[in-house]
Amino acid sequence: MKTEDNQLDLWEVFIQSKSGLPHIHSGSVHASDVKMAMQNARDIYTRRGEGTSIWVVPSKAIKASNPDDNDMLFDPSNDKIYRHPTFYIMPEGAKNI
Amino acid sequence: MTKKEELYLYTLRLGDNALILSHRLSQLCSKGPILEEDLALTNIALDLLGRAQALLKYAGEIEGKNRSEDDLAYRREEKNYYNLLLTEQPNKDFAHVIARQLFISTFEFFLFQELEKSADTTLSAIAGKTIKEVKYHLQHASDWTIRLGDGTKESHDRMQSAINDLWMYTGELFEMNGIDLDLLTQGIAVDTIPLQKKWRDCINSVLNEATLFVPKDTYMQTGSINGVHSEHLGHILAEMQYLQRAYPDAKW
Repeated sequence: MKTEDNQLDLWEVFIQSKSGLPHIHSGSVHASDVKMAMQNARDIYTRRGEGTSIWVVPSKAIKASNPDDNDMLFDPSNDKIYRHPTFYIMPEGAKNI
Repeated sequence: MTKKEELYLYTLRLGDNALILSHRLSQLCSKGPILEEDLALTNIALDLLGRAQALLKYAGEIEGKNRSEDDLAYRREEKNYYNLLLTEQPNKDFAHVIARQLFISTFEFFLFQELEKSADTTLSAIAGKTIKEVKYHLQHASDWTIRLGDGTKESHDRMQSAINDLWMYTGELFEMNGIDLDLLTQGIAVDTIPLQKKWRDCINSVLNEATLFVPKDTYMQTGSINGVHSEHLGHILAEMQYLQRAYPDAKW
C-alpha cells in the first residue's frame, strides 16, 4: 500500500565533508521552506562533525535520467581505449582525482 | 554560608535547569510532529543533558563529598532541586514546547555570554561551549514561534495561549538571592538585572514578527531559587529517578 507523503515538501541534502571536496548527496529531509530545510538537514546529517558545508535543493528541481536511456548514456565504450586516461602516470601528491 | 557552598549551589542551579528541561524535551522522543522535528527536539535535549552532566560534575567536585553527577541528578529530594519553574512546565502541545524554549533560550543566550566572562574558569569554559548550542536552540525556537504565530488561525491561537500561559514563569529568570550577590562581587556570577531589558527587547521583536501580543505583566510565580516547585517536578523526578531507586548502582 502506498501512503501519501503529507509531511511538507521534500528537499535533497548535499554535504561537503572537507573544504575543497565536492558536496555529496546524503539523503533528503522534509521542510516547508529553505530555512527549515537547512536546519533539518543540520539536525539529521551533521551532528557528529560530518560536514563543513550543506546544500539543500528542492527535490522537484532535480531532473533524473530515464533508466530506459541507460544504454545510450552510460555505455563505457570499453573498446575505444583512447577514451580512458590509462596511458598517464598520476603525479604523486595529486589527491581527490 | 561559605564561598564553596555558595558556588556549589549556584552551579547546581545552572545544572538543574539543563537537567530538567532536557528530561522534558526527551519525553517528546518519537512524538514529534514529523521525523525531522522529532530529531531537532531530541538533539536539543542531548545538548542540555551534556551541559547538565558538566555542571553537576563540577558541582560535585566543589561540594567535595564524593558525589558524582549521577548521584546529584538521581538521588536528591524534590526540595533540593533549584531548576526554574519554567523548565518543569509540561509539554501541553507543540506551541507550549516552543514558547518554553523561546523564553529559556533567549535568556540563556544572554546569560552564557556573560558567564563566559566569569572569574571561575570552569564555569567560563562550560559557558563558552554552551553558547554555540544555545544560538541554535534560539534560532529554532524563534523560527517556529514566527511560523506558528504568523501561520493559520489555529496555530496562531495556540501559540498565543502558550505565550500567555507561560508568561508568569518568566519573572523567575532574573531572580537573584544572596548567593548571586556574593558571587557577583567576586566576578563569578552573572548580574541578571541588565539581562532583563535585553530579554524583553528580543522577545518583543520575535512576538511582533509572529503577529503575537506580548502579555501584560501579571503576577509572577517564584520559588525555585528556594527549592519550592510546581506540582510537575515531583512527577518528573518519579520517572527520572525510578531506576536508581529500584536498582541502586545499577550498571549497564
